[in-house]
Amino acid sequence: MSLIVDLFSIVAIGAGVFFFLAGTVGLLRFPDALSRLHALTKADNLGLGLVVLGLLPRSESLLAALKLVAIWALVQLAGATAAQLVGRAVRRKGTAA
Amino acid sequence: MSVLQALDICLALLVFAVAAWTIFAPGAFAATVGYVVYGLLLSLVWIRLFAVDVALTEAAIGSGVTGVLLIGAAARLRATESAGHEKSLSGLSRLLVAVLCVLVALSLAGVVLLLPDQGPSLAPQSMQHLAETGLGNPVTAVLIAYRAFDTMLEKVVLVLAVVGVWSLAADRYWGGAPGEARAERPEPTLAFLAQILAPLGVLVGIHVFWVGADAPGGAFQGGAILAAMWIIVTMARLTEAPQTNAVWLRLAIVAGPLVFLAAGVAGAIIAGGFFAYPPGFAKPAILFIEAFMVLSIAVALPMLVAGPPRREPRQ
Repeated sequence: MSLIVDLFSIVAIGAGVFFFLAGTVGLLRFPDALSRLHALTKADNLGLGLVVLGLLPRSESLLAALKLVAIWALVQLAGATAAQLVGRAVRRKGTAA
Repeated sequence: MSVLQALDICLALLVFAVAAWTIFAPGAFAATVGYVVYGLLLSLVWIRLFAVDVALTEAAIGSGVTGVLLIGAAARLRATESAGHEKSLSGLSRLLVAVLCVLVALSLAGVVLLLPDQGPSLAPQSMQHLAETGLGNPVTAVLIAYRAFDTMLEKVVLVLAVVGVWSLAADRYWGGAPGEARAERPEPTLAFLAQILAPLGVLVGIHVFWVGADAPGGAFQGGAILAAMWIIVTMARLTEAPQTNAVWLRLAIVAGPLVFLAAGVAGAIIAGGFFAYPPGFAKPAILFIEAFMVLSIAVALPMLVAGPPRREPRQ
């Protein structure tokens, strides 16, 4: 049983790290601000979500697990808002560079 | 070398790299962003050193509130910066500044590296008397009991900072409200964030203050989170900063140090020592003082961010 849980954690956290890596590469390599923003949101949402998912079975208590999920939800909220604001600022400037 | 050690070394190198980037960044805004990242990385370092209280403070104050303050300053300086009005130092004085900074950094590093393996520590004494304070978190005991006078003076510094910022107001604005007025139609995205985040943040702020007695947290961190919530609601222009001549505002800002000082004097009369707490009554007294400190911090920090009054006071 613990082997299955360990495997689940490794796979989920590994996938999360992959999305963070992909998001970072996108942030560095994509040509304009809006696509870079697009890459970044993947790291925030999916990357952190998968890391949290992998950590869930390892949390000490139900409360700790809920706190992890709450952290993910708050980062989602902050990330989505920041992306909207940056996107709007880019559009207002009229350049996508 | 274990994996954790390797990660620690990577973290330290990253801190150095971001610090260097902050120094060489083009323009004030980029440097501020670098500084905020630097603060967040530093709080990770504090967590690796098992100093969670310090990590919380670094993230909330060092990176968060200071970051907002610096971004505000950078935005105000943008016009002068782009016009090229700023005077840059000559090559020689730049070199002198760099040499001095390197010297300070090297001597600090030297002092830390030359410490004996068993560095001087007051940790055993602070743990020994922890039970007398009724607290479970030695950091809170140090802040509010062992060196209460220092902490009280820190709060006085905060009051002086607010007075300093307000003093920058033009004469006709004295007593008026700082920052931008409440908007009829606030920016929807930011307003959405503020409306969802603020109730949660207030809960988290009070929680962090309350658990500070027994776990990492405390008045400063909790107060900073509450302050951040007020800042974000004002930033979304759902509300506007109060007039700086409002009596409740001024009372709230001085309440922390005032109650703290009063408790110190009361200690001199009741418990036989300036800032001494009567035995068995220490924890309620500490929480009482801390509650007012939270209030003062939560009000003073947004006032620092809001800046000097910019509108004429309404009568």
